[in-house]
Amino acid sequence: MRIGIDVGGTNTDAVLMDGRKVVGWAKSPTTKDVSSGITNVLRALLDQTQASPASVSAVMLGTTHFTNAVVERKSLSRTAIIRIGLPATSALPPFVDWPEDLRAAISGEYHLVHGGYEFDGRPISALDDAEIKEAAAKIRDSGIDCIAISSVFSPVNPDQETHAAELVASVIPNAKISLSHEIGRIGLLERENAAIMNACLSHLAVRIVQSFRDALVGLGINAPFFISQNDGTLMSADFVEKYPVLTFASGPTNSMRGAAFLSGLKDAVVVDIGGTTSDVGVLSQGFPREASVAVRIGGVRTNFRMPDVLSFGLGGGSHVKTDPLQIGPQSVGYEITSRALVFGGNDLTTSDIAVAAGMADFGDKSRVAHLDKALVQASLERMWEMVEISVDRMKTAAGGVPVILVGGGIILIGDKLNGASELHRPEHASVANAIGAAIAQVGGEVDRVFSLDAIPRDKALQQAKDEATQRVLREGAIPDSVEIVDVEEIPLSYLPGNATRIRVKAVGSLAVE
Amino acid sequence: MGRLLDVQNIEDIALGAAVLGTGGGGDPYIGKLMAIEAIRQYGPVELVTVDEVPEDAWSVAIAMMGAPTVMVEKMPGGEECVQAYKSVQSYLGKPVNYIYSIEAGGINSTIPITLAARLRLPLIDLDGMGRAFPEIQMVTHTLYGITATPFTMADEKGNSAVLSTIDNRWMETFARGIAVNMGATAHIACYAATGKQQREAAVHGTMSLAEQIGRTIREARAAHVNVTQAIQDVTNGYLIFHGKLVDIQRRTVAGFARGEAILEGIGADAGSNLKVQFQNENLIAERDGEVIATVPDLITMVEEETGEPITTEGLRYGFRVNVICMPSHPHWRTEKGIKVVGPRYFGYETDFVPVEQRFGK
Repeated sequence: MRIGIDVGGTNTDAVLMDGRKVVGWAKSPTTKDVSSGITNVLRALLDQTQASPASVSAVMLGTTHFTNAVVERKSLSRTAIIRIGLPATSALPPFVDWPEDLRAAISGEYHLVHGGYEFDGRPISALDDAEIKEAAAKIRDSGIDCIAISSVFSPVNPDQETHAAELVASVIPNAKISLSHEIGRIGLLERENAAIMNACLSHLAVRIVQSFRDALVGLGINAPFFISQNDGTLMSADFVEKYPVLTFASGPTNSMRGAAFLSGLKDAVVVDIGGTTSDVGVLSQGFPREASVAVRIGGVRTNFRMPDVLSFGLGGGSHVKTDPLQIGPQSVGYEITSRALVFGGNDLTTSDIAVAAGMADFGDKSRVAHLDKALVQASLERMWEMVEISVDRMKTAAGGVPVILVGGGIILIGDKLNGASELHRPEHASVANAIGAAIAQVGGEVDRVFSLDAIPRDKALQQAKDEATQRVLREGAIPDSVEIVDVEEIPLSYLPGNATRIRVKAVGSLAVE
Repeated sequence: MGRLLDVQNIEDIALGAAVLGTGGGGDPYIGKLMAIEAIRQYGPVELVTVDEVPEDAWSVAIAMMGAPTVMVEKMPGGEECVQAYKSVQSYLGKPVNYIYSIEAGGINSTIPITLAARLRLPLIDLDGMGRAFPEIQMVTHTLYGITATPFTMADEKGNSAVLSTIDNRWMETFARGIAVNMGATAHIACYAATGKQQREAAVHGTMSLAEQIGRTIREARAAHVNVTQAIQDVTNGYLIFHGKLVDIQRRTVAGFARGEAILEGIGADAGSNLKVQFQNENLIAERDGEVIATVPDLITMVEEETGEPITTEGLRYGFRVNVICMPSHPHWRTEKGIKVVGPRYFGYETDFVPVEQRFGK
């Protein structure tokens, strides 16, 4: 059996799954130290299901902890960057488009050195070992041990980054080194930004992963544990210690994947209604559709694979104002159990409307009996319209699409939505996020420029697919389960030789009993 | 004395330049950052009108040529533009005291600002296209017999080249090959022209226009008013379609990214389709099989809510866009102009009809 955990801003959810069956689930408030919230929810889950810790074969966890550290500029390590690319790139040094406070929070030391590659693999200039060692010595003398290394066109050829890492390690023995080609794709500034953010989370990652481990061991769970990343695939805990930045945006991804699992649908629109906001995303072949524009995290521009999510201010705790009628975006949030009318409070919320309309039954019904029927009806219609507009904005074809409702706030929605061909409210929808973590797969990606004059298109595609498959297998996937889920070709204009950038993503199920 | 361009002006120019880029011209992000860095280091740049340039004073265009995808990876060292400029000046044998943009659409709107800041030279408020085009000879200066020669190129390693050709079409052929050898990006200096020539041959006021478009978008967003309408108002543009992207095909033909995007109509356009064909830039729009807009008029797609201009590389399934068509400069609408950049030059068997004749009421 495996356990899925979602550490959210308000609640920490956990589910116990036996194969494809949900055995039980529990919710508990998220705690400041994170680990005691996890301990609490797991204890509740094990009590309720009477499962023995020894029967747990794997634990999968989704967390927003690292995203929040960058957004709040908390617990970040001082970090330096070595960029390999001179004489190119000096017009735009590292940190060029960073928020000043974030840069200040991590020191922002950088060194530009010679090297890097052209698009076709020719060297821009020779790598100079002495120059790199000199930069490393300066970084050591600044007392910094978190180092990012970037190099021009390292996605085409990573050799110089790898070699530079060895040189830096020889000068700073315990250095935490992040290499840009292991983290990002083409686009030097964005890839380098990701490597720097990863490096500045290095020490926090070790601490947090250790505290997760301690929480599990404290409950006698000795199973391997994994953390989910932004594209809906899993990383081993050891991997997260090295690549914490890859957990960014895993939350919406998990809820969409959980929705796909619970409903059995692979192509649908998912509406996740929480306490304060709703997220709408699109499932394509069982995976979240990705955003195409550069996403900023904590003010830093990145080019990660991120789910394309539309958020709007509707949740189970949203305020309802009556004159004129307005729903949200203010919300009573986690205070709903004291502030909503049905719980004895004085705030009219969307949950009160749902209870008054007979769509939900919790709290004290008599406290909303006085509400005007026309008001209740108008409020419901407004809420549904908010969801309908968002669904329409996200869907890719005219006509109806299947819509899956998940999250605690789905009690607000009636039996029909305009634009939805089918409306699904799967069982266990309120813990879809933790389920998404529990069922996450492992993935591998290749992103490279091929010259289609030098190698036929079929062969180039096959080579990319084979490499992506190899990467998935290295992550521990069951060979039979590996499939290619995404192939993208982008012709590179102006380049001769029919240069084409090919991106291939493969995923597979993790080998757990 | 012209007016000074500050960081906010650069941000606005870069955003407006993406609208004028008609889907191509390269993402202005890198160019914008370089211009802002240069202004922070060397101070604001003076923008002068063509009337402020003496008739006999020389100006030169500074630009980057190459693959936009390479520009975001191998960024410039910073000295290339200076070297290209100095070579032009020495081959011309005359002092060149003004800088200008050859292409107001896309990244080349901001590249000349970087050099103007470094050399503390004024930038002239004009360009050679009023939009973006893929080839070197596609500038209004060509129509007035102004030669791209001497054409200089420089890379970050210190290599440079000076080209002299019998016409501007040949320049495209030779320069493209050298740019590829320089690593698919190069800085160029070309189309040296006097103030007198600029009065006649250039597209005037386009730096201010880009800035005005960018400012309008920014202000319309802040005021939560219709951004597309605001763009139309400053560009005399027409909303030719409102739709959702349902299909995109791309292929490489002769070194250019060609392709087409299919939009399914929404709102007033429900029930209709729009096919937009592009070759780096958007060139032709067909509604239900009938051509409704063509190059050289400007066809730009903007996100329906934010008014964010969308490049052909960034086109993706599901985008909801407004398609705007803006009139091109009168220089391009002459017989000579249509021969250089009309639909038939790009291989489409259709005639150019000005957008206002199709949509104006």
